[in-house]
Amino acid sequence: MSGAALAMAAEDRPLLTVKGLTKRYGARIGCADVSFGLWPGEVLGIVGESGSGKTTLLRCLAGELDADEGRVDYEGAQGLHDVLALSEPERRRLMRTEWALVHQNPRDGLRMGVSAGANVGERLMAVGWRHYGRIRETAADWLGRVEIDPGRIDERPAAFSGGMQQRLQIARNLVTAPRLVLMDEPTGGLDVSVQARLLDLIRGLVRDLGLSAIVVTHDLAVVRLLADRLIVMQGGHVVEQGLTDQVLDDPQAPYTQLLVSSVLRV
Amino acid sequence: MTDTAYNFAYLDERTKKMIRRAILKGVAIPGYQVPFASREMPMPYGWGTGGVQVTAACLEPEDTLKVIDQGADDTTNAVSIRKFFERTAGVATTTETEEATIIQTRHRIPEAPLTEGQILVYQVPIPEPLRFLEPREPETRRMHALEEYGLMQVKLYEDISRHGHIATSYAYPVLVEERYVMDPSPIPKFDNPKLSDCPALQLFGAGREQRIYAIPPHTTVVSLDFEDHPFERGGTGEACALCGARESYLDEVITDDHGTRMFVCSDTAYCEARRRAGHRGVAAPPGFAASARGAQGEDAA
Repeated sequence: MSGAALAMAAEDRPLLTVKGLTKRYGARIGCADVSFGLWPGEVLGIVGESGSGKTTLLRCLAGELDADEGRVDYEGAQGLHDVLALSEPERRRLMRTEWALVHQNPRDGLRMGVSAGANVGERLMAVGWRHYGRIRETAADWLGRVEIDPGRIDERPAAFSGGMQQRLQIARNLVTAPRLVLMDEPTGGLDVSVQARLLDLIRGLVRDLGLSAIVVTHDLAVVRLLADRLIVMQGGHVVEQGLTDQVLDDPQAPYTQLLVSSVLRV
Repeated sequence: MTDTAYNFAYLDERTKKMIRRAILKGVAIPGYQVPFASREMPMPYGWGTGGVQVTAACLEPEDTLKVIDQGADDTTNAVSIRKFFERTAGVATTTETEEATIIQTRHRIPEAPLTEGQILVYQVPIPEPLRFLEPREPETRRMHALEEYGLMQVKLYEDISRHGHIATSYAYPVLVEERYVMDPSPIPKFDNPKLSDCPALQLFGAGREQRIYAIPPHTTVVSLDFEDHPFERGGTGEACALCGARESYLDEVITDDHGTRMFVCSDTAYCEARRRAGHRGVAAPPGFAASARGAQGEDAA
């Protein structure tokens, strides 16, 4: 095989492969037998009602919960990782370099006691940056990219509005150029106009940086705008998956039909 | 004169053994905070209960003890701890750094160079350098275990962004032997360079927080900083008004209600030794003797 063919083969391999992922809470099911692949540059949406297991799935992927069964393979910059078998230091290194996790509530993902600049700079310092001027410059640049006035770099997140906090959290996560971003309800709790701007911003960043992302949400409008492919979950099981437009315009599973038809049209 | 109602150096032998084991572990892993079962001591927390327990575990009858508080041998904390060990251990005490075999200190490292065989015991209020940024103990332990020290840098970043320079002037975080980030107790950062490659054994005891840690002799200790904001030792740029020393750490003393001030050595033993050797500062009266320093201190207080 030539070098070009090898590169092609690498492109063909999924970034993330999830097989039979299962998490039980005692007798109850968190998520059961979830399998999917995520290709480089792709945005995957996971939708479902509250309690359908989508956040459990995301937290299993992020290593915050231990999955009971299944396998997650990640094609990292340094080769293939069996994510669930990673040791604690390896997992944490992965989470602050190649992966990023955007929380639903920015207060969970931000350090509220330090300035916006320090929030963005923390990941840089965690991977060994030790030049104040360059850290600050990069932080200011990223604040600009998420539409926060760089002049507010020394203000604490508490002085920011909810939308700004969420954008700050995104800047903090993307500053080390991760390859895979996990987002848990990134637009939850924001009003509609702020949601629209945030979605626009996330879409732009994902395209510009060539990120792969998994977006968990209950909001079909979010996945319609962001996601290339869609997984629909109900009661911990995947009931349907496919291209976003295909699933939303021609839903096959009864639950998906119900979900699509219950969206209010103004 | 030993008060025979107590075991030698107050603590019972089993407790001292437990503390010595913690100290040995601390010496084996420089900068690592070793938990120990801190005892109630006959003094309030914050008065050096951790340091006293470490000193008690290290003391032998032939030791000579020196106790300093903010560099001074004659302040309440230093006097009471010195008396405590005079009574419970009957050891010799001194105010001369060179004569002491064990020095218990609060907030300073003596000016006179320490030598091999000496033990410097620090009183530590909060041993965890990451505490104010990360309140969860399991999380800070994990961060130490995994060498995740980005957060310590965040604190210094905040200093620079707010003040234009690293404004932390005491309890300045250090990296011990390229592994553990450590709080050197609230010593002025002026003393930080003395931590590194010190010939004496340095032990740190935190009574309330129940931690002991150590820097063995000749260990590399580096103060954290940024490439473009390197660590600076600081200092007043003044000379001691009593002994004229320029290279020692000086206390600023306000002498009246109109803001008149003088700078004097915080290390009283060092200052007195210099004056005995004939050094004079600008405020030293003619024929000013070493014994007059005590009166000066009382005026200031």
